[in-house]
Amino acid sequence: MDLTFSDSDLSFRKDVLAFLDNEYPADIKEKQDKRIPLEKEEIVKWQKILHSKGWFAINWPTEFSGYKELSVTEKYILQEELAKANTPTTIPFGMGMCAPVIYSFGTEDQKQKHLPSILNSDIWWCQGYSEPGSGSDLASLKTKAELVDNKYIVNGTKTWTTLAQHADWIFCLVRTETTPIKQEGISFLLIDMSTPGIEVKPIITIDGSHEVNMVYLDNVEVPKENLIGEEGQGWNIAKFLLAHERSGIAGIAALKRELKRLKDLSSEIPVGEGTLLEDPQFRSKIEETEIELTATEFTELRTLAAMSQGGSPGAESSILKIKGTELQQTISELFVEMLGYYAHPFYLENEIGSNETVGPDYAAPVMPHYLNYRKVSIYGGSNEIQRNVISKAILGL
Amino acid sequence: MDFTFNEEQTMIQDQVEQFIQKEYDWETRQELSNSDLGFGADNWKTFAELGWLGIAISEDNGGFGGSSIETMLIMEEFGKGLVVEPFLETIVMSSGLLDQHGSDEQKSEVIGSVISGEMHLALAYAEPQSRFNLSDVVTEAKADGENFIINGFKSVVMNGPSANKFIISARTSGKQLDNKGISLFLVDSDIAGLTRTDYKTVDGRRASDLNLENLSVPSESLIGSLDGGFNILDESIDRSILAISAEAVGAMEVLYKTTVEYTKTREQFGTPIGKFQVLQHRMVDMFMEYEQCKSLLYMATMKNEEGAPDAKKAISGLKYQVGKAGKFVGQQAVQLHGGMGVTDELNVGHYFKRLTTIGTIFGNADFHLKQYTSL
Repeated sequence: MDLTFSDSDLSFRKDVLAFLDNEYPADIKEKQDKRIPLEKEEIVKWQKILHSKGWFAINWPTEFSGYKELSVTEKYILQEELAKANTPTTIPFGMGMCAPVIYSFGTEDQKQKHLPSILNSDIWWCQGYSEPGSGSDLASLKTKAELVDNKYIVNGTKTWTTLAQHADWIFCLVRTETTPIKQEGISFLLIDMSTPGIEVKPIITIDGSHEVNMVYLDNVEVPKENLIGEEGQGWNIAKFLLAHERSGIAGIAALKRELKRLKDLSSEIPVGEGTLLEDPQFRSKIEETEIELTATEFTELRTLAAMSQGGSPGAESSILKIKGTELQQTISELFVEMLGYYAHPFYLENEIGSNETVGPDYAAPVMPHYLNYRKVSIYGGSNEIQRNVISKAILGL
Repeated sequence: MDFTFNEEQTMIQDQVEQFIQKEYDWETRQELSNSDLGFGADNWKTFAELGWLGIAISEDNGGFGGSSIETMLIMEEFGKGLVVEPFLETIVMSSGLLDQHGSDEQKSEVIGSVISGEMHLALAYAEPQSRFNLSDVVTEAKADGENFIINGFKSVVMNGPSANKFIISARTSGKQLDNKGISLFLVDSDIAGLTRTDYKTVDGRRASDLNLENLSVPSESLIGSLDGGFNILDESIDRSILAISAEAVGAMEVLYKTTVEYTKTREQFGTPIGKFQVLQHRMVDMFMEYEQCKSLLYMATMKNEEGAPDAKKAISGLKYQVGKAGKFVGQQAVQLHGGMGVTDELNVGHYFKRLTTIGTIFGNADFHLKQYTSL
């Protein structure tokens, strides 16, 4: 057991810091620091910068990324420094989700067609999983794909589709067969969003933002070669992907940054003759959160260490999903608490960062963030479902 | 001991309930909240016609002479309908204060117009540094001949945009945190030197920040005695805590019931999700939190009405519980509705948002736990 970094790890950290100094664009940094939502183009710009350094698709096998392989520790250092500097979160749907499916299950043609454009952030993907009647019970999905003359005719409705308004392609779970065991009739299909018959309608969430959508598919024709793997293999692919989705879901480095920010800001808020950070009640909540965060960080490190020795992130990743999202919610809540009355003035996304907001200059995004983060214990398999997974797979109940 | 309401109280409760059912469906509420004014001018007239706007004003001054029990019943129903009309701000926070402590001229200037629905009021007590401490006042009023000159800043003044008059707390002597030395002034909203920044709040209501620069007000604007404003303010905030807690109880009732209904109809894994024990227990906890708040609400309201020596402690206990329970009930209602819970379209998220602001307004759970301990 050893917690120290090697000399080469330390020099890698220096490389990352130098990279951030030189290549993190000032205009994006300014928006990020003010918590102003980025435009699609800005996210693309940043992802391309990371890619040119070989630090974008770091979890892909190097034969597909063309990158120099990073060790587990180097990946940890990179993610920590990127998060500490509050660089934009990369969009996971293409790079982190669809691509692993394609390089693990796809044909040579599919790999050649899709992986380079994902790597270059030229094509944006979204995820077509949930349906109005299929949330936690994803396998009950009804979107139907019928094979007619080498084409699938797809009909159905997908919902909670994040960033579908910007996406060029969608990867979908569809039903190709009605089988007694519902999981067995599901297939994994790639669909070009510009195909006739697809309509995207925004869903506005309680923070006033447009992040998620309904996607309606009405007799959408999809070439048969867009099927990944075999018909009926979709559920196994989805399970593979869920494990992928959950590793790193805890977002530890970002949480550490936000907790530090909470401490810094609350140390400047006067309460009577002291500061809010000196208030024993508020302080103890911060400390409790910090302890929980440290525990979660080391739970994640233990999981990563097991994976690097050939283990797979099984049901343990459910622990990280639950603990990570609970921490995200707790910290967003403490920010609201910190602000007191100035958490209440409410501005839409496009108003945040303008000079018309009131209160401290960091106040406007705080409440929308808190509200938006109610989603994290719901999405990616609700925390209730994650507890079921742990109960069944680890405790054997 | 008696927990029943008298005939008059039951009548007013029925009246408000009817109004919510007939005039305040969810679409209407959303339209009003999203309108420029932020509430229904016609509804305010209706409130006047039904006599609700005189509830906090004594019969001698032409009001209804209601106790805090009537206010509680109205506010609880308002909580169920998520009513955005500024009843709390104009009536509960401000009109009662003037009724009890205003001079004859102030009363004749204000009370009649409030009862008839022509005048709105707002209580400007919070400052950027004050957090929830009513005695933390930096805004200053200096005597200048027959006048006072007020300089300072007031934060998140609820109903600020519609107020015709503000009640402003300002320091006339003593140091920043002293109880003594705070005075209250009744000031026209269009007075020279007062600059308002108006905005929406997350609960769909309206508020303002007030910049006060050399406001020159006559000494007749003083409410109550010079330097003696704190107790007047404190009493009014206590009544307002009772009222907003009643609103929270109404909102929690809607949320737990809506959630129970939803889980009976939403099917996953071939069964209504309400059949899952983990969700059943969660909803039982939501229900119990609601009941516990209601119990403290009744207790604290009665103690305050009777002028019991421990009424203030009871009120802080109530606000602590409401803060804690409101958060739990609101968050769990969203969680159990899944993705639908976080949509703007469904009412659940909006009840959650109001419970969130109620948790902060007049002091959050931490603040009132500390108050409770100190009393």
